Amino acid sequence: MAAIKPRISVEYSENATIVTFTDEKILEEKDIQALQESIMSVVEQSERINLILDFCNVRYLSSAVLGLLIRVSKRICERESQLRLCNINPKLYEIFKITRLNKAFDIYQDVESAVEDLS
Amino acid sequence: MKINSRLNEFVGEDFHEEEVMTPEEPINRSVVVESEPSIVADVCSLVLSELEENGFSKDDVFAVHLALGEAFVNAVEHGNKMAPDKKVTINYSMDSDKVEVSVSDDGEGFNPEVVPDPRCGVNLYRPQGRGLLLIHSYMDVVKFNERGNTIHMVRYRERPRLIEDLSPNHT
Repeated sequence: MAAIKPRISVEYSENATIVTFTDEKILEEKDIQALQESIMSVVEQSERINLILDFCNVRYLSSAVLGLLIRVSKRICERESQLRLCNINPKLYEIFKITRLNKAFDIYQDVESAVEDLS
Repeated sequence: MKINSRLNEFVGEDFHEEEVMTPEEPINRSVVVESEPSIVADVCSLVLSELEENGFSKDDVFAVHLALGEAFVNAVEHGNKMAPDKKVTINYSMDSDKVEVSVSDDGEGFNPEVVPDPRCGVNLYRPQGRGLLLIHSYMDVVKFNERGNTIHMVRYRERPRLIEDLSPNHT
């Protein structure tokens, strides 16, 4: 049986849930669908969640990943929770700027600053 | 040139491989693949490996990766409407100045002028619709054929290669 490689790792801290993408490249639709299911199940675990998405391993993403983030963001909003993104490298941040999604998401330099003033 | 063995499953009889002489000589390739979203990574790898072999910068490789990935997925999802019996054709060439990539689907075509701007108003919060914006942002030239089923993209090298007959000492 082929080994299943988890696409995210989840870490629970005192006031935040940190989800780290493990893949360097995220572009295939089936992978993005699997990621969405994984992330949504983390969101659904608590009534309210402070979710941090860590992009430290990601070197490439397609526009479909931006769609995933928007869907996650909408679910977060419905649950009156918070979503923050962090560790987005300059090349990927450029994609957020071009699409103006740098204005739609709370983006932090790193996990520490993303966690800092969470309620 | 190494050809990804998985891509071979999808490459039909129309695969043409021009013999590569030297890195300075233009490269021209044409690949016809199944209209299958899951092979986007293999399609990109095929082109990107040659970009790297031919000295294109990391920024050029990133840009073409992004644009080609978006164009291919658009061809499969929107052009061919996910029909498994349709094909996608990728033509690409590279030389000392630039890389050109065309992606064609078997669909009816569309009018790229009517694609809404994903940066404006409620579009900003729609999950789809950013592919063309990114293609235009990362490629220097983007054109469609009249029918709208072929996108042609050009990216000029970030660091153009000097060719021998332009050197000051050449008579």
